[in-house]
Amino acid sequence: MGCVHVISLLPLLIIAATSVVVLLAIAVRRNHAAAFGLTLAGLAAGICSTFFTPPNQATQLLLMDRYAFFFMGLLMAASLFIALLSYGYLAAREARREEFYVLLLVATLGAMTLTASSHFTSLFLGIEILSVALYGLIAYLRDRSLPLEAGIKYLVLAGSSSAFLAFGIALVYADLGVLDFATVAQRISSTQSGSALGLLIPGTVLILVGVGFKLALAPFHMWTPDVYEGAPAPVTAFVATVSKGGMFALLLRYFSLSGADRSPRLLLVLSIIAIASMLAGNLLALFSTNIKRILAYSSIAHMGYLLVAAEVSSRLGVGAGAFYLVAYFVMILGALGVVTLLSSGERDADRFEDYRGLFWRRPVLALIFTAMLLSLAGIPLTAGFLAKFYLVAAGADSHAWLLIFVLVVTSTIGLFYYLRVVGVMFHQPASERLVPEPLPRRTPAVSVVLVALSAFLIWFGVFPSPLLRLIQFAIGKIF
Amino acid sequence: MILGWLIVILIAGGLIAWPLARLHPLLSRLIALSAVTLDLALALVLATRDFGPGSTAGGGWREELDWSWIPQFGIHFHLGMDGLSFLLVLLTLFLGVVAVVVSWTEIATAVGFYHFNLLLILAGILGVLLSLDLFLFYFSWELMLVPMYFLISVWGRERRTHAAVKFFLFTQLSGLLMLIALLALYFAHHQATGIYTFEYQDLLGTPLDPHRAMWIMLGFLAAFAVKLPAFPFHTWLPDACAEASAASNLVLASLMAATAAYAMIRFLLPLFPEAVHTISPLMIVLAVIGILYSAILAFSQTNLMRLVAYASIGHLGFVLLGIFAGNSLALRGTVMTVIAHGVSIGALFLVAGAVEKRVQSREIDTMGGLWDTIPCLSGVGLFFALAALGLPGLGDFIGEFLILIGTYQAHIAAAAVAALGVLAATFYALRFVQYAFQGTNIHSWHLPDLAAHEGFVLGVLIAVLLWLGLYPQPVLQTLAQAASHAPALWR
Repeated sequence: MGCVHVISLLPLLIIAATSVVVLLAIAVRRNHAAAFGLTLAGLAAGICSTFFTPPNQATQLLLMDRYAFFFMGLLMAASLFIALLSYGYLAAREARREEFYVLLLVATLGAMTLTASSHFTSLFLGIEILSVALYGLIAYLRDRSLPLEAGIKYLVLAGSSSAFLAFGIALVYADLGVLDFATVAQRISSTQSGSALGLLIPGTVLILVGVGFKLALAPFHMWTPDVYEGAPAPVTAFVATVSKGGMFALLLRYFSLSGADRSPRLLLVLSIIAIASMLAGNLLALFSTNIKRILAYSSIAHMGYLLVAAEVSSRLGVGAGAFYLVAYFVMILGALGVVTLLSSGERDADRFEDYRGLFWRRPVLALIFTAMLLSLAGIPLTAGFLAKFYLVAAGADSHAWLLIFVLVVTSTIGLFYYLRVVGVMFHQPASERLVPEPLPRRTPAVSVVLVALSAFLIWFGVFPSPLLRLIQFAIGKIF
Repeated sequence: MILGWLIVILIAGGLIAWPLARLHPLLSRLIALSAVTLDLALALVLATRDFGPGSTAGGGWREELDWSWIPQFGIHFHLGMDGLSFLLVLLTLFLGVVAVVVSWTEIATAVGFYHFNLLLILAGILGVLLSLDLFLFYFSWELMLVPMYFLISVWGRERRTHAAVKFFLFTQLSGLLMLIALLALYFAHHQATGIYTFEYQDLLGTPLDPHRAMWIMLGFLAAFAVKLPAFPFHTWLPDACAEASAASNLVLASLMAATAAYAMIRFLLPLFPEAVHTISPLMIVLAVIGILYSAILAFSQTNLMRLVAYASIGHLGFVLLGIFAGNSLALRGTVMTVIAHGVSIGALFLVAGAVEKRVQSREIDTMGGLWDTIPCLSGVGLFFALAALGLPGLGDFIGEFLILIGTYQAHIAAAAVAALGVLAATFYALRFVQYAFQGTNIHSWHLPDLAAHEGFVLGVLIAVLLWLGLYPQPVLQTLAQAASHAPALWR
């Protein structure tokens, strides 16, 4: 491993170094603002580094290509926004706030490793770095019962899913003797099975379980609503975006490696999972009256939509997946940003009552939330619309009619519960003068985040060409 | 370029009108009114320039604007206008002005947001009427939904949320089916030619095998039939109209229907001539059923808005009939009906709204004998009811007459049964007048008659209907321009 390799690992190195620096800074002197500032600086430096770091295969484990850099930049940007959301949130709730940022950075590092993985070892490594940091993040508010419960639930389930994953990888290795994606993908899809022991299929299925858990795809989605509800709102945003985004980038890469001749059995399984996720997410959300749970179910559905892109995995499909992921990041961060802003010191604003008549009290905030929800539903002028359009286009191009038909029908069902939330916000109060409830303290950082995300939402929804060009550039190499 | 301005002015007007309401609601109203009026003035400029007596004859797009938008997919911001789109743009802006004026006293809460939504809908409608790029068309088509949802759900009556959600789900699902069809067409075109494009002119000649053409056509038809609305996809309209304010109903029933009819004429018929021909007997049957069924239902309504909504569905049955009759005469009648229906049904909604404002109810049994206390409003109501039942000399008559003649040439039985619908319309229209305005004033109402601005608006609408009925030549002439442009369709 030469100097070139080390240089191409720059984004990962920056984030790893930042986490260490923050840790040392805490050891010297506890200071929330300092930890926060260092984190922001590190993430910003990391994002910048993705633009000029030379692409390279850095060891057998990590393929630092433009594709990886694109997704790393995206993940770090999301972490940056989440750090901004967290500052005010933690200041109002927790005495020891500084370690939060260390965990945040480490978890981001894990997700970033996933985007560059070209080997099952780095896949496992990335997942474990991510998960272990997440246990801490989810249960960060230690003196409250809901976060603790969510943290333990996540710990147990993520632990067992990691076991599935490790066992699956072991089976694949026992059969093939190799663990790099390119070879494995090729062997799985080759028609006369190159399997010596017949362990390849069981191994793949076990790996799929592990991946499905991380992405919260049906039927491995059970943990999602509980964890989303229990975790602090900024951490929920992290679970929804960075943690899933890294895994999804890896999935997209894996499928694009296996190319056109993919195993029909695997495709069938994936189609079933995708359809089940779209249905389960959208149908279960109908029965929920908790905003965070609704967003959890919605994210299950969105992962189902994204799986359509992974499955198509033509050039159009990968582009659609990347675009959708960006749009999904923007809108889910925006939605949870609003939840964060409205949350009081005692509990997160996740009940319908917290939003009733919001439009008449805080019109701008209500409109931002409305825009995010409508984008999740895929309504024009928002990024969600073009993302869905791109996805359906990719599906239509590959004649995946059943999948896109399910996508269309379920997203109409989805519209119903998004509109319910919107309806609650626009609900006119019966009496003219409400009891002026004490609104949570405004935090400038969160406002900046929300305005920026809204701007992205409209920008990508109306004038997506620059982003599309960037994506084309990023995925140019893997085809 | 002027086409771009038409849309930009509306959106900018909405964006300016919104925050200004915080200073004073009147500012917001004035901005909205001047934006729409300015647009109307621009459209009238176009009328003299492109369709006036001095303009050159012949086909082609009279105004065009083509910008690259998302080059990666071959999407253009491409607007174009011919006689057909011009007529409906004029209708939209005219009724847009009416809607803003009527809202002047009707809307009191969140005035700025209201006008933003209203103007955004108008912009979306213009987008639909002017786009020559199918993606832009779909974008504008969907753009109308959200503001319309807000118009119903924020300024509606008791069950507004239910009505708004129903409206949204119906139109959204059908719209997404159209999206699939649109993309199937896009890729079929790519398969045949190797070019990715959403350009209307290019997609026109896409070779499709009949089976695939039928499926794609059905996808488009789903969206248009729901939006029109055609029987049996009409159930959202009465629900929405029963809850929304009069001005919203004007937009909902008159203008959205116009976009659907326009989309059928502009896109459905020329893109899939064979598939349309195959399915037209079914659509004609549905149209005729819709005409009779809505007349029966209109007759038995007790909610004034609902009654008018069913009357609207009846007229739109004629529109559907004309579109699928398959000849130029019926098609001309269709456009005429769309315009006259927009004015007369829209006006009926306004009359119903004016009555509601006075008696504080939409239920017909709270009225009766109103003629004694508000003679002017009652007289105007009678006039528009007569227009809706197709009295000769008014706009609706011309349209329905042409449609029936055209249908008669193609399907005698359908024309005969549909003519019964005209008869049935007299029942509900006269019931409207009889129960609301005639009879004895059992509730002893003493109400203020038409205010000046109401009287002015309704007077203008009366004048337009009379003009359309007595001298429809300008409309038909402008259509002739569109006809020479797409001769296969208007033969």
